[in-house]
Amino acid sequence: MAEVSSNFLYAAFLLYLVATFLFGGAIKDKRGAEEKKQNKWAKLGIFTTILGFAAQIGYFITRWIAAGHAPVSNLFEFTTFFGMMLVGAFILIYFLYKTPALGLFALPIALLIIAYASMFPTEIAPLIPALQSDWLHIHVTTAAAGQSILAISFIAAIIYLVKFVDQTQSSKRTFWLEFIMFTLVSAIAFVIITSTFSAMDYKANFDWVDKHGAEVKQEFNLPALVGPNEGKLIEPDRFEPMASMPPLINAKKLNTVIWSIGMGLVLYGLIRLIARKRVAALIKPIVKNVNLNLLDEISYRSVLIGFPIFTLGALIFAMIWAQVAWTRFWGWDPKEVWALVTWLFYAAFLHLRMSKGWQGEKSAWLAVIGFAIMIFNLIFVNLVIAGLHSYA
Amino acid sequence: MKEVKCDCGHVNPFGTKICEKCGMLLGNDKENKLIDMRYEGSARRSQTYQKTFIDKIWNFFSSVKVGVTLIVLALVASAIGTILPQEMYIPSTATPAEHYELEYGWVGKLYYELGFHNLYSSWWYLIIIGMLGISLLIASIDRFFPLYRSLKNQGVTRQDGFMKRQRIYGVTKLEDQDINLEEVKSRLKRQRYHIREENGHLLAEKGRFSRWGPYVNHIGLIIFLIGALLRSVPGMYIDKVLWLREGERKEIPGTNGEYYLQNNEFTLDVYDKGNEEDEQYSAAIDKTGTIVKTYQSDVTLYQRKGETIPGEKVDLEKLKDFKIKVNEPLKQDHYALYQVDYKLDELSTMAFNLMNKKTEEKFGSLKVDLNDPQKKYDLGKGYSVDLISYFPDFEFDEKGEPRTISKIPNNPAFIFKMHTPDKPEGEVSFVAIKKNVEPLGENTYKMAFNGVETQDVTALTVRKDLTLWILFSGGIIFMVGVVQGSYWNHRRIWIKRKDDEILIAGHTNKNWHGIKRDIKQALESTSLCEPTDQLEEEKSSTKGEALNG
Repeated sequence: MAEVSSNFLYAAFLLYLVATFLFGGAIKDKRGAEEKKQNKWAKLGIFTTILGFAAQIGYFITRWIAAGHAPVSNLFEFTTFFGMMLVGAFILIYFLYKTPALGLFALPIALLIIAYASMFPTEIAPLIPALQSDWLHIHVTTAAAGQSILAISFIAAIIYLVKFVDQTQSSKRTFWLEFIMFTLVSAIAFVIITSTFSAMDYKANFDWVDKHGAEVKQEFNLPALVGPNEGKLIEPDRFEPMASMPPLINAKKLNTVIWSIGMGLVLYGLIRLIARKRVAALIKPIVKNVNLNLLDEISYRSVLIGFPIFTLGALIFAMIWAQVAWTRFWGWDPKEVWALVTWLFYAAFLHLRMSKGWQGEKSAWLAVIGFAIMIFNLIFVNLVIAGLHSYA
Repeated sequence: MKEVKCDCGHVNPFGTKICEKCGMLLGNDKENKLIDMRYEGSARRSQTYQKTFIDKIWNFFSSVKVGVTLIVLALVASAIGTILPQEMYIPSTATPAEHYELEYGWVGKLYYELGFHNLYSSWWYLIIIGMLGISLLIASIDRFFPLYRSLKNQGVTRQDGFMKRQRIYGVTKLEDQDINLEEVKSRLKRQRYHIREENGHLLAEKGRFSRWGPYVNHIGLIIFLIGALLRSVPGMYIDKVLWLREGERKEIPGTNGEYYLQNNEFTLDVYDKGNEEDEQYSAAIDKTGTIVKTYQSDVTLYQRKGETIPGEKVDLEKLKDFKIKVNEPLKQDHYALYQVDYKLDELSTMAFNLMNKKTEEKFGSLKVDLNDPQKKYDLGKGYSVDLISYFPDFEFDEKGEPRTISKIPNNPAFIFKMHTPDKPEGEVSFVAIKKNVEPLGENTYKMAFNGVETQDVTALTVRKDLTLWILFSGGIIFMVGVVQGSYWNHRRIWIKRKDDEILIAGHTNKNWHGIKRDIKQALESTSLCEPTDQLEEEKSSTKGEALNG
């Protein structure tokens, strides 16, 4: 069953990839750019997307059966589910507005999220006592659904910014837009290097001394550019670290970050070198036919649809479960706090938009920050700030 | 302050910018191409009165700018609190002042010194939240009542200037032919518009109740904050821990002696690869090692019968047996008991033999209940042992004297006096784990160790929280309000019939795409011209003109 499940996931991945190209075709065709008039590329694109979504639901159900519990209990499962909900949210918004351009950006982001997810351990793990509750699937699925609809607002915002920002001269706008592009490229770089070294089965073990003075072992799965405090390589043929970190810093995580940013820079540099223009400028022609007002509306509408669902899942259901499992509905656990931070951010977004008239570009930048907060919560809070929710 | 009488005869409250009834502009912004429709141009206290101290306070809290600033402050402060663990999450044995510096270096030291280790209960954090609550209340009152009044008094016939300055506006010239609006009307009705008519003019409106959404959700939030505040009222909230050994029965703290709980057994189960039902987890178990499946306390709940008289034994009545697990607390009245901690294999008894050191001949054995030791153990035939001193958690203090750190038998030590027929006055022996000292000279006899028994201990949190239902209703009201405000839109379409032309104007509080689609559908295949989006024509969408509300 577990194998059937992962085959479904591969199928979904491939179908999303195909759908991305179909949407690419849809947007080239001028007829597809106008709202409400779908050309046949767009129809094929959304059909393939739905097929992929169905395959991923197949993955979800079969894995649920195999595991005996909803597959949302570790970082791999949750992140994959988030990717799936993102596609679901895209399908929903697509049927409201019929904009193929959205698919051209939403699907690659979903692909990247799913690829990122599979860099984490994928074994089916049993549930620890605190997770053995129906609230697991109620809370996690609702929270992920809310987040993914909010993420659509980011995708609409990115398209908006790519089209809107003037690329003829460099400015703060072009800088930050490139920063977003660079971040996406680094995420791709992370996936590439992690899967490459994992395919090579690269392992470098260190004996090192932690901050309490104890001698411990640590396994690196990437060549250690930076090594742990007083680290000694056990395998002699492995790459010798160029620097050793103080014991307060987790050298393994820092090493991964250095690799991702470094490879990101290389990849990004190559693109710039070949294209001889900014990445955003490179993709700008793709979105020349989209209607800015419509994108602004989609972005805002996604926040309006997503915010109540996020509140319900990530705060209300979360509080009910916390009261049952941890004896208190709120305990200032980092993950709880970051759900609150996300919620406060979107509350501020809605107030600025409704009363201060922050529409168009300002609203788009806000949507980008909102997504950054959610990704921070997904990656950084889980992996770096340890807490009750810590998966890794 | 005097009221403002509009040309149409309607009397508006002082400060009104757009006549409630006919839409005539009463304020100064007559030059603008489009009207600011926020709050219907109604007379809000904060925009009208700005003189006294109270006005200033009111205006401060009713401002959205202040509200958003407070939200952002709360957001940043909350985020800072997650940089390092809060004090409640550091090991309870650690001294915070040392712990932060030791674990996180100078960053930790600074974090501690700034008080960020207890950020969420700091005075300044609470002030931000408190101000946010006040802002919610005042901003809502400031807007709701004028808005409600304005929408209630709105007329069907609108002034031309009002129509022309709407974002969605169009004119159809009538050239001899007359247009029957009945078809348009019935189409709008089919789209669930509520239609009002006056002298041939139309007002189609739907979703007005979505305008109340923000105020409903703010009420929910205020109730939630009040609930959180009530927690500090005595009697509303109890948070205690109850440690219970297997077989032990104790009063449940915080219940005033009303309930007693007995721990029958504590179980800790782990996932087992060999077990058929856990087979699918073998890969994960191999990787992570032991994974716990269950923490469970089998308990019996008792209730006190009648009043207790001090000194007398309490009369208990058994209420129920229950298995407390994580996620499955035992509930009784307003109390809930949660599985939170445990200790496996705590020493419960220690057995000894009274033995002649030389011959190793035994003269009887005794078993000390480490939680309830006897003073004297009679072994018969003239042999007996007195337990002079007992140290459940023994160590030597600075002077080299034995003492106990706690009442928990982690490291028990005893001073025995052994009475035997040949040493009737007794010999003193100090016995601890792997230790046998004879402080008063050489003895003939010794207490020889003869095994231990252990038991598990469970820790349960006793919780009573009478604020939960308040918080819950606050949450529900918030959800109702936020859904009401987000999933519905307030749309209005005005159709004004004049002698030679028909004016159509539209307004919505959000989702302009939707109202345009509605209008398009209603006018389809009629000779009426579809109104245009004046903002889109102007291509000024990026300037972000304030048109919503």
